[in-house]
Amino acid sequence: MIDVVYFAWVRERIGLARERVDSQAATVAALVDELRAREDRYAAAFADISALRVALDQELADFDAPLSGVREVAFFPPMTGG
Amino acid sequence: MRISVQEAPFDPGAEAAGFGAGRSDVGAVVTFAGLVRDDSGRMQALEIEHYPAMTERAIAAITQEAMARWTLADALVIHRYGRLTVGETIMMVATAARHRADAFAAAEFLMDYLKSRAPFWKKEIGPEGESWVAAKDADEAALKRW
Repeated sequence: MIDVVYFAWVRERIGLARERVDSQAATVAALVDELRAREDRYAAAFADISALRVALDQELADFDAPLSGVREVAFFPPMTGG
Repeated sequence: MRISVQEAPFDPGAEAAGFGAGRSDVGAVVTFAGLVRDDSGRMQALEIEHYPAMTERAIAAITQEAMARWTLADALVIHRYGRLTVGETIMMVATAARHRADAFAAAEFLMDYLKSRAPFWKKEIGPEGESWVAAKDADEAALKRW
């Protein structure tokens, strides 16, 4: 089981801030493929991966990063701080 | 080094007055404050979302990087989240150093990285609805100069 959290328009599009996902995905990209296959709202949120960023256990990562040992995956659009 | 991620308003003048004070090794203090700007003339509020578990850690890592790259006596970052109105102070950075070159460069570095690497997302609320502020290519490109 892995905690998946969503922020900003990704959260709005999926309609959830956080969920526990039963997944054996080896990489972030594989997890995204599983989520996309679930429902239209996930497919819409993950339609364009280049418009998204990912953090693994609160550290920015790449979509080809492995998920072994990771407890929390966060998906969000490019940040707009400052 | 002090980092504060908070919902409450703060007084950037009071923060600046206390920053770097009472030390004999500080010859330069640079402060920057970011305010809520209304380009459309119709904005009612700015809603800032963040990733609580990550925000402070990400800002600390950026600030530590600044302190490693430049000779700084101290650094301060305050960043707000929640609902803000036009003209309110969103955030500030302050850097203290022996000389101004380090203080200016470190403050610019902090601003560039906070824009694109600190997990905040801004949403503009207006009479016709809400829209997420898109990240600018120029902000991402700004990181390349460091």
